[in-house]
Order: sequence, then structure tokens, then C-alpha cells
Amino acid sequence: MKVIKYIVFLCIFVCLIILNLVIKMDLLLRLLNTLIICIILCLYRIAAGPTAADRAVGVDILGVLVVGSCAFLTLITKKDFFIDIAVAWALQSFIGTIALAKYLEGRHLDD
Amino acid sequence: MINHVLGYVFIIIGLCFDFFGCLGLVRLPDVYNRLQAATKCVTLGTCGILFGLFLYYGFSSIGFKCLLTMFFVLLTAPVSAHALSRAAHKSGVKLCDKSICDEYES
Repeated sequence: MKVIKYIVFLCIFVCLIILNLVIKMDLLLRLLNTLIICIILCLYRIAAGPTAADRAVGVDILGVLVVGSCAFLTLITKKDFFIDIAVAWALQSFIGTIALAKYLEGRHLDD
Repeated sequence: MINHVLGYVFIIIGLCFDFFGCLGLVRLPDVYNRLQAATKCVTLGTCGILFGLFLYYGFSSIGFKCLLTMFFVLLTAPVSAHALSRAAHKSGVKLCDKSICDEYES
């Protein structure tokens, strides 16, 4: 397990160096790379969490990060439907997290 | 021109908070520590990105949608974090070894 952890972190830092220092691109795309690396770290926590509560925490944080990255894609692509997706995702993520918390606690969903 | 510069400044501050929150989500030893670090930092970072977009676009339809999403995220992220920590404690997740006391034990 520890070997997999070190391999994942090595891949993340190699991607960060290649994406931000070697390839030439715009400032906004470089800022988007930071959000993509945050999402990869969240996916590591979802894959390797020891208990079920860790995975629920990872899904919750991933929802908030996706709201931020959808709002950031509005600035890059100049299309204004991404912010609508962000509003809808914020609503759905809250309800999903509450349902996961009730399931972890051992109660029924209509309690 | 000044609102574009201020918008970029707020977006970069928010991205820094996002990155350190996700680093805390990976590095800390316990469910409760991870939840505390990640929820506070990532909520503030996402609100920074949305407030920067509001400053960038001004009082247009995209700006008001950004303000609405920021208000909603600020309202609901602590509620969901509290529900998750309560559910984790009731489902029997242990604290880490270096914790001193458990106030919620009943």
C-alpha cells in the first residue's frame, strides 16, 4: 500500500512540473492545472480511505471542488452555461452528502 | 481594468486555499482532522474563486449567479460537514492515537 502511495505522489509531482514549467500555455490554463491536481488528490483519498467515512468526506470535498472548477471554466471558454451547471451541482452535492451521512448513521432515508 | 486585476487576485488566493486544503485531506491522520482541514479551506477557496468571478463580470447575469452560488456554498458546507462528523462518530470510527479527549462521548 505504501508503494502505491509513493508512486501516486511521484506521478502527481511529475505532472505538475511538466504541465507548469515545460509546456508553454496561457495563464488561465496553468491556473486550471492546480484545480485538476486538487481533484486528483481527492480521488486518491476516495480510493485509499481506510473507513467508509473517509470516502464520504472525499466525495463531499470533490463536489465543492467541481463547483469551483465549473465556475472557472466560465472564465476560460467565455460560455455562460457552465455557471448554471455550477449552481445545479452545488444543490445536488448538498443533498447527496446529507443522504450519505444518514446512511452512515444507520437510519432510513425517510426517517 | 481594475476589476479584472482584483478578480485575478481573488481567484489566485482561492486556488492557494484549495491546494492547501487538499494537501491536508491527504496528509492528516484521522477522519475528523481531514474533515476539519478540508472543509474549511476548500469552502473558503471556492468562495474566493466565485467572488473573483463576480468582480470580473460586474453586475451582469453571470455575476449574480456567482454571488448566489457563493452564498449557497457558504450556507451548506458547514451543515454537511457537521452531519458527516456526527455520522462518523455514531458509526464507531476511532480517534487517532495522539488525541487527548473526546467531548462528544455519551
